[in-house]
Amino acid sequence: MNLVLAPWLEVVLRALAVLVAFLVLPLLVGQTEHKVMAHMQGRLGPMYAGGFHGWAQLVADGVKFVQKEDITPARADRQVFRLAPFVALIPYLVALAVIPLSPKVVGATVDASVVLVLAVIGVGIIGTLMAGWASANKYSLLGAMRAAAQLVSYELPMVLAVASVALAAGTLSLVGIGNAWNPWWLLWQLPGAVVFLVSALAELQRPPFDMPLADSEIVFGAFTEYTGLRFAFFLLAEYAGIVVMSLLFAVLFLGGWHGPFEPWVGWVWTLLKGFLVAVVVIWLRVSWPRMREDQLQRLAWVWLVPMALFQLAITAVGVVVFPR
Amino acid sequence: MTTRDIVFVAVGVVTALSALLSVTTKHVVHAALWLLVSLGSLAGAYLVLGQELVGLVQLLVYVGAIVVLVLFALMLTRAPIGPHAEIDTPWWQRAAGAVLGAATTALLASLLLPLLSGATVDLDAPAATTPRIAQAVFGTWVWPFELLSVLLLVALVGAFAVSRLVLHREDPAADGAVRRAEGVRR
Repeated sequence: MNLVLAPWLEVVLRALAVLVAFLVLPLLVGQTEHKVMAHMQGRLGPMYAGGFHGWAQLVADGVKFVQKEDITPARADRQVFRLAPFVALIPYLVALAVIPLSPKVVGATVDASVVLVLAVIGVGIIGTLMAGWASANKYSLLGAMRAAAQLVSYELPMVLAVASVALAAGTLSLVGIGNAWNPWWLLWQLPGAVVFLVSALAELQRPPFDMPLADSEIVFGAFTEYTGLRFAFFLLAEYAGIVVMSLLFAVLFLGGWHGPFEPWVGWVWTLLKGFLVAVVVIWLRVSWPRMREDQLQRLAWVWLVPMALFQLAITAVGVVVFPR
Repeated sequence: MTTRDIVFVAVGVVTALSALLSVTTKHVVHAALWLLVSLGSLAGAYLVLGQELVGLVQLLVYVGAIVVLVLFALMLTRAPIGPHAEIDTPWWQRAAGAVLGAATTALLASLLLPLLSGATVDLDAPAATTPRIAQAVFGTWVWPFELLSVLLLVALVGAFAVSRLVLHREDPAADGAVRRAEGVRR
C-alpha cells in the first residue's frame, strides 16, 4: 500500500480507527464471555436480543445503562467521584493506540511503546482508587484499598516479565519485540509468560483475583455507588483491559503477527492470538474460585516475583550465550 | 515561537499550577491527586524535550508511588472527605513550610540556572538516548541512586512511626500499637 495521505488526515483516520477498535473489541470480548461462560455452565446465555444467538445483548445493555439515572451520593466528593470513570477508561484507549497488530497496522508508532503501555495501565488503577475514596462508602473504600494493594504487588512481577522479553529482543519497542520473536521463545520465555498472564489477570481484577470487587462481601467494591453510564464506563474499562492485556500477551509472548502469509494477514494472526488469550482469561474466571486477600498477596511476593527474577536471569544468560 | 514552545509552556504551566494546588489544598487525598497531575505533566515536559524514556519512566514510577502515597494518606489520617480540623496544620507550620520550600527552590535555582542556562539540545535530530541514560544511572550515578532509595525508605518508616505515636497517645485501646511502634524504633 503506497497510499499517501495529508498528515492531518492520516492522524484523524488513525485516531478514528483506534476509537472504533476500542469500542468494538471489548464488546466482542464481553459477548464471548456471555456465551462461553454460559456453555461451560450448561446454559445457553443470551438468545433473544438481535435474533441470532443474542448477538445484540451488549448493545441492549448499553442502551439500558444510558437510560438509567446518574446518581452522585450526597456526601461524596463530587468532582473526584464524577471524574473517576474517565481516569479508569482513558488509559486503555492510549494503550490500545500503541499496540501493533502488525508492523504496519498500528495506531501510533512510539519508540519505547512497551514502557508506555505499562505506564498508562498503572494510571487506570488511580481511577478505581478515586472512585472508592470519593464515594464516601466503607465498602467502596475497602475495595479501592484492595485494588491499590493489588496493583502495587502485581505491577512488579509484570514489569519484570516484560523486561525479560525486552532484554531478549534488545528493544523497548513493541514492533521491534514482535519482529525479534521466534518460536523458541515459547520455551525460553515460558516462566515469564506465566508470570505475565497471572499478573495481568490480577491487574484487571478478574477472577480469581477479584477480591477488590468481591460482590459477596463488599457489594461491588469501589464501584458500589455508581449507576448508569458511569458504571458502564467502569465495565467497559474492564473489558478494554482484557483486550489490551490479551493483545499485549499475543505480541510479547506468542509472536503477534508471525504466521503463514504474514505480509498480508499478519494483523489477523495478532487478533486471533489475542482472542485466544481472551478466551483463556474467561475460562479462568469460570473455573477458579476467588482467592483470599492474604493468599493473593502471598502469590505475588512468594511465587511471581522470584519466578520473574529467575526468568530475567535465564534471559540474560541466553542473550549472552547466544548473541543474535 | 514554534508549536513545540507553545506545548512546552502549556505543559509547564499545568505542572506549576497543579504543584501549587497540591500544597495549598486542605484535602489530603486531593493533594495527592494534584501531585499526580503535576508529576504526569512533568512527564509531558520530558516528552516535549525529546526524552521519551525519562518521561515514560517518570509516569511508570510515580503513578505507583502516588498509589502508595494515597494508601498511606488513607491509613494514617482516615482521610475524611472535606477539610478536617484534626489533621489541619497550624499557621506557623504552614509559614515554616513555605519558607523551607522557597529556600529549597532558591538553592536549586541558583545551582541549576547558571549551570544549564546556556545548554541547547537539537530536538529535530533525536539521538538514541536510552543507552546513555542507562550508563549514567547504573555507572556514574549508581551510589547516589542507591543512597536515595535508602533515604526514602527511612523517611517512610519514620513517617509511619511518628503518625502512629501522635494519633493514638490518648487512646488506651491502641497502647499496643504505640509499644509496637516503639519496639520497631529500638
